[in-house]
Amino acid sequence: MTFVLRRLGFFVVTLWAAITLNFLIPRLMPGNAAVAMMARYRGRVNPDALHALEIAFGVNNHQSLLSAYFSYLGNIGRGRFGTSLTFFPDTVSHQVLQALPWTLGLVGVTTILAFFLGTLIGLVSAWRRGGVLDGVLPPIFVITSAFPYFWLALLAIWLFAIKLGWLPQNGGYDYTTTVAWSWTFVGDVIRHSILPAFTILVTSIGGWILTMRNNVIGVLSEDYVRMARAKGLHPWRIMWNYAGRNAILPNLTGFAMSLGFVVSGAILVEFVFNYPGVGWMLLQAVENQDYALMQALFLLIVVAVLFAILVADAATAMLDPRARDVR
Amino acid sequence: MSAPAITTPLAPAPAAGSGPTEPQPRTTVGANLLRAVLHNRKAMAGSLLLLFFTVLAIFPGQIAPDDPQAEIYLPGLGPSSHHWFGTTSYGQDVLSQLIWGTRQSLLVAVAAGGLATVVAVLVGVSAAYLGGLADGFLSLVTDVILVIPIFPLVIVIAAYEKNAGLLTLTIVLGALGWSYGARQLRAQALSIRNRDFVDVARVRGERRLYVIVFELLPTMTSLIVASFLGAALYAVLAAAGLQFIGLGDPNAQSWGTMLYWAQNNEALGSGLVYWAIMPGVCVALLGAAFALMNYAFDEISNPALRPLPKLQRR
Repeated sequence: MTFVLRRLGFFVVTLWAAITLNFLIPRLMPGNAAVAMMARYRGRVNPDALHALEIAFGVNNHQSLLSAYFSYLGNIGRGRFGTSLTFFPDTVSHQVLQALPWTLGLVGVTTILAFFLGTLIGLVSAWRRGGVLDGVLPPIFVITSAFPYFWLALLAIWLFAIKLGWLPQNGGYDYTTTVAWSWTFVGDVIRHSILPAFTILVTSIGGWILTMRNNVIGVLSEDYVRMARAKGLHPWRIMWNYAGRNAILPNLTGFAMSLGFVVSGAILVEFVFNYPGVGWMLLQAVENQDYALMQALFLLIVVAVLFAILVADAATAMLDPRARDVR
Repeated sequence: MSAPAITTPLAPAPAAGSGPTEPQPRTTVGANLLRAVLHNRKAMAGSLLLLFFTVLAIFPGQIAPDDPQAEIYLPGLGPSSHHWFGTTSYGQDVLSQLIWGTRQSLLVAVAAGGLATVVAVLVGVSAAYLGGLADGFLSLVTDVILVIPIFPLVIVIAAYEKNAGLLTLTIVLGALGWSYGARQLRAQALSIRNRDFVDVARVRGERRLYVIVFELLPTMTSLIVASFLGAALYAVLAAAGLQFIGLGDPNAQSWGTMLYWAQNNEALGSGLVYWAIMPGVCVALLGAAFALMNYAFDEISNPALRPLPKLQRR
């Protein structure tokens, strides 16, 4: 229980740091991008909303920095992220919530898939160390993990969409289909997500394979594995229950570290594919100098990552009794 | 990741700038690393690639056939013996652009990677060595930065600083990319700080700074190199990504900017495939050079991971 509480405390600190960064960045950056943005809002939103934006970006500072900061925290706490310029007059929160399911679906599914596939390949290649699988897959995926996400995405579009014409080039769904929970629509969404998902999978799986492989190699020299062998247990059982279960723990912790990397890649992938998710929207906001939307999206990404890490932590606590008591 | 760094002493050699005379034989870490690199195929492949790009980055004027910006050819030429990778839709030679672009990409990688490594060493080693409250604070900061997705943050920062130049990119990427390395270095420093040779130095009455710089750091060289490689890899990819989405200086000569212009001119759709693909190949190759060396350094710093001799196979 203390483990979970400590982690929760850490997340509160991280979230606070992210919000504070969000508050400070417009004030620290040179130039007056924010002032220019405010000029575009004037006369379009009501005075109340304008004031909230002024607090968020430090324009027209009648307030001291500190009181502006607390007003900002209050606004964030009540979920007021302001009005979006790009999708005027819609609010930022509403827009963000529309983009969220796309990214959660794409990045969530591919990350989980990459984690399980990568862990499995890592386990097997360490188990059959020096074998064919071990000699081929880990080095290949180490190299693919150095590929720029967006470039692989371009390559995939060129090969599979333009040259071969198998899959759609971009977008989250075909705009001629009606948006509904029908088989046609769902199938269409899946067809559109294959290429982006493939890109993310190929570039992110290498890390999992390598960590898992290294962990298993470490665990295999432990005495309890030797003991299990001596008892004559079935090799499969040793691989799964003895080596695998212990070696996966650092990989779960590593989940926290690589998630940020995956998210950054996903932003670029969404951009290349015009996939209507959070990353694409973030870059739209950048292009339109829509700072309110941009900062809300950044916070959303932080929260999503934190939540995913919390899930990984819970899994660690379930698998590893030591994590529950110590630390 | 608590593997000891280098434990096999080689021929006795004086440490660079050694202060008091050392009773025990010491290893020059550089020679040790060099030997390890030469005996590792992945490290060799990585180093050769890196060497190739370094040469391109230093002597682009001598190697490249043309001025990269000069719009002197027919636009959209296919690959030929004159233009290996064709020309852009502005009539520039793609090969020349690639060669000239090497310098900036490599510079960002080395500078941002170096900056990140310096911060990582400072934070990680001092956290481990100081312990107590300082450790708690530094570790918390490390973990927070580790968890906050850096790339979106860099995008937000770059959006305020329009057309971020080389210096801004380097500083931002370096200042935010150190956390992973710091965490690993802290773990290793923790496991080393209570070894006998460190205790000996402490009992000898050496100052804290001396112990850290001359006793702790040399034993951690391979991990420091590894964290530099990791940070450099990240910097290459992130800088290229930022430039690709148009957040860099559009007039700069770099691979990311090439991709940006190629994408804006729909190079893939209009058949100028090499213009869109080759800069990415270069980024990937440079990234692969760092990744391969990193992979190899894992094996060098952790003997358990080295490839098994054929006989020992299960």
